[in-house]
Amino acid sequence: MTRLAVPKTYKLYLGGKFPRSESGRVYEIRSHDGDFLANAAKASRKDARDAVVAARSALGGWAGATAYNRGQVLYRIAELLEGRRAQFVAEIVQSEGVSAAAASAQVDEAIDRWVWYAGWADKYLQVAGNANPVSGPYFNLSVPEPTGVVAIIAPQTGGSLLGLVSAVAPALVSGNTVVVVANETMPLSAISLGEVLATSDVPAGVVNILTGSPAEMAPWLASHADVNALDLVGAGDLDWIHLEIDAAETLTRVLQPENGPDAASPSLSRILAFTETKTIWHTKGLI
Amino acid sequence: MTTSQTAMAQLNTGERALALIGGEATDANLRRYLHGIPGIDAVGLEQRAADLGTRSIKTSSKKWAIDRIISLIDLTTLEGADTPGKVKSLVGKALTPDAGDLSCPRVAAVCVYGDMVPHAVAALGPAHSAGTDAGVNVAAVATAFPSGRASLAIKLADVNDAVAAGADEIDMVIDRGAFLSGRFGQVYDEIVAVKQNCRRADGSFAHLKVILETGELGTYDNVRRASWLAILAGGEFIKTSTGKVPLAATLPVTLSMLEVVRDWHRLTGAKVGVKPAGGIRTSKDATKYLVTVAETVGEEWLTPGLFRFGASSLLNDVLMQRQKMTSGHYSGPDYVTMD
Repeated sequence: MTRLAVPKTYKLYLGGKFPRSESGRVYEIRSHDGDFLANAAKASRKDARDAVVAARSALGGWAGATAYNRGQVLYRIAELLEGRRAQFVAEIVQSEGVSAAAASAQVDEAIDRWVWYAGWADKYLQVAGNANPVSGPYFNLSVPEPTGVVAIIAPQTGGSLLGLVSAVAPALVSGNTVVVVANETMPLSAISLGEVLATSDVPAGVVNILTGSPAEMAPWLASHADVNALDLVGAGDLDWIHLEIDAAETLTRVLQPENGPDAASPSLSRILAFTETKTIWHTKGLI
Repeated sequence: MTTSQTAMAQLNTGERALALIGGEATDANLRRYLHGIPGIDAVGLEQRAADLGTRSIKTSSKKWAIDRIISLIDLTTLEGADTPGKVKSLVGKALTPDAGDLSCPRVAAVCVYGDMVPHAVAALGPAHSAGTDAGVNVAAVATAFPSGRASLAIKLADVNDAVAAGADEIDMVIDRGAFLSGRFGQVYDEIVAVKQNCRRADGSFAHLKVILETGELGTYDNVRRASWLAILAGGEFIKTSTGKVPLAATLPVTLSMLEVVRDWHRLTGAKVGVKPAGGIRTSKDATKYLVTVAETVGEEWLTPGLFRFGASSLLNDVLMQRQKMTSGHYSGPDYVTMD
C-alpha cells in the first residue's frame, strides 16, 4: 500500500500564533520547475492591521528588555536555525531551484547574519551614542532608541531566507517590533522561520510575518498611522514613490528599495536607520 | 397594546409586581415565581449569540454603527486613583471625543464614583443634562459598589449623596450573596428602597440601573431570574457587571437579559434598558451588541434611553475606526487621547 503524502499548510505568523488569513484566501506556491509545492495564506489588509496591533503591543516588552538580553534572544534564533538547517535547505532547493550546496551556503549566511546582528545588540549604543561637550556643568548624552513598529517589504529577489533575515534582524537589534511581508513567490522559508521564532525566546508579536501580495498590503502599511518606520528594501517593483508619500503623511521613516545581490547587506547603518536619538541634559556634581 | 398590556400599564410598579408574583414580595413568593420561569438552553443561547456575532456590518452601516456606539457609551472611570483632574479630562473627552473631528457625537453619560459627581457636574457645566436627558448625563455608582457588602442604611446614604450632588443616573449593585442564598425578598426590597432614594428634592427621580454582576451569578438561569427580579422591583435599566470581577459582559449573557426585557415589554408594554459593561473593548465587539439588540428587542432600543455601553477603552478603538472611515487609512493610538 502506498502512503499518502501529508502536505504542510503554510499559515501566517501573527502575534506568536499561526492563523489563516482573515480573508480565507490562499495562493499556490510553485517550485522553480513549476510543480505545486503548497498553498500559502494570502494575507489581506486586515491581517496587516492585526499584525501592526500585535507588533505595537509587543513593543514595550521588547524595547524595554536589556540590550544584553535582546542579544541573547537573537543569538538563540541562530542556534535554532542551525538545528533545523535540513528543513530550510530542502525548502530553498525546492522553491528556488538551486543546488543543495548553494542552499546550504545561503542557510549558513543567514545564520551568520543573525549572529552578527545579535552581537550588535549591546554594542551599537556605544558606537552611535555620544557624550556631547557643552559649555556648562552638565552631562549631555545622546542615546539612540528604537523607533517603534517597523513595516518591512522583504526582498523579492535573491535568496528567500537570507533576504528576509537581512531585512528583519537589523530592525530587531535596537528593540523595534516588525511586520514583514515575505517574498511573494517563495514564502516557505519565511513561515518556517516563523516556526523557529515561535519556539525560540522571541516574545509573541515582536516579529509578524505576512505572506501574499506586497502590492496589495504595502499601501495600507505605508499609510498606517501606527507604523513608525517603513523599510521598502524589497519594494523596487512597486510604486514605491507613492508609498513614500503616503508614509510621509504620518511622519513615518522610510528606507528606500535596494536591488542587486548586495541588497540589505549587513551594516550598522541598517540598525541605526530604525532608531531615534534622544538627548538628555543632566547636572554634574551638585551633590 | 393588548388588553392585558393595557391592564398592566394602568398599575404602578409595586402593584404590577404584586399582580405578577401573586402576593407580597416575600422570599417564598418570589422563589415560586422566579423558579417558575422556563430554564435557559445554554448551548442554544451561546450558539444564537455566536451566530449574531457573525453579521457583516460594512461601509455606510458601519459608519452609522460607529456613531451610534459613541452616542450610547457611558464613559467610565472607576478607579481608586481617580482625581478631580481625571474626572475633568474624562468629561472633556465625553463632550469632544475626537478633537480632530467635531462632527463626532457626544457620549451618553460619564460614569464615576459618588464622590466625584460634583466634579463631573462642574466640568460639564451647561452641557450637563441635569435631569432633562437633553445633554450628557452623570451616572454614579452607589450602594457600596462594587461588592455591595454594607448595611442598607449605608447603601441608601450613598445613593442620597450622589443624587443630591446632581447625579442623573444611579448604578446600584444587588446583594449577590443574598440572591445566591435565595433571599430574593431582601434583594427586591433593597432595589425598591434604593429607587425611592433616587428621588430628587423637586420630586423627580434619577434613573436607576441595577447591576446584576452576572460573573458572580454562575448560571444563565440565575441571570434570567436576577433580571426578572430587578425589573419587577422597578429597575429602569439592567446592567451586566461592575467591571471589577474577571468575568464581565459577554454576548450570551447580554442576549439572555435582552430576552427578559423583550418578554417584559410583551407582558406589560413597558420598556426597560440594558447596559453591558466591562470587557467590551473593540468597535467590532460593540457592533455585535448592536446587532443583538436590534434582532432581539428591536432597533428602537438603540437609543441612550434604552441601551448603553459601560466602557472606558472602547471609545478610543471606536474613534480609531471612525478616523479610518473618514481618512481612508488606518489610525493609531497616537491619534486619540491617553486616558
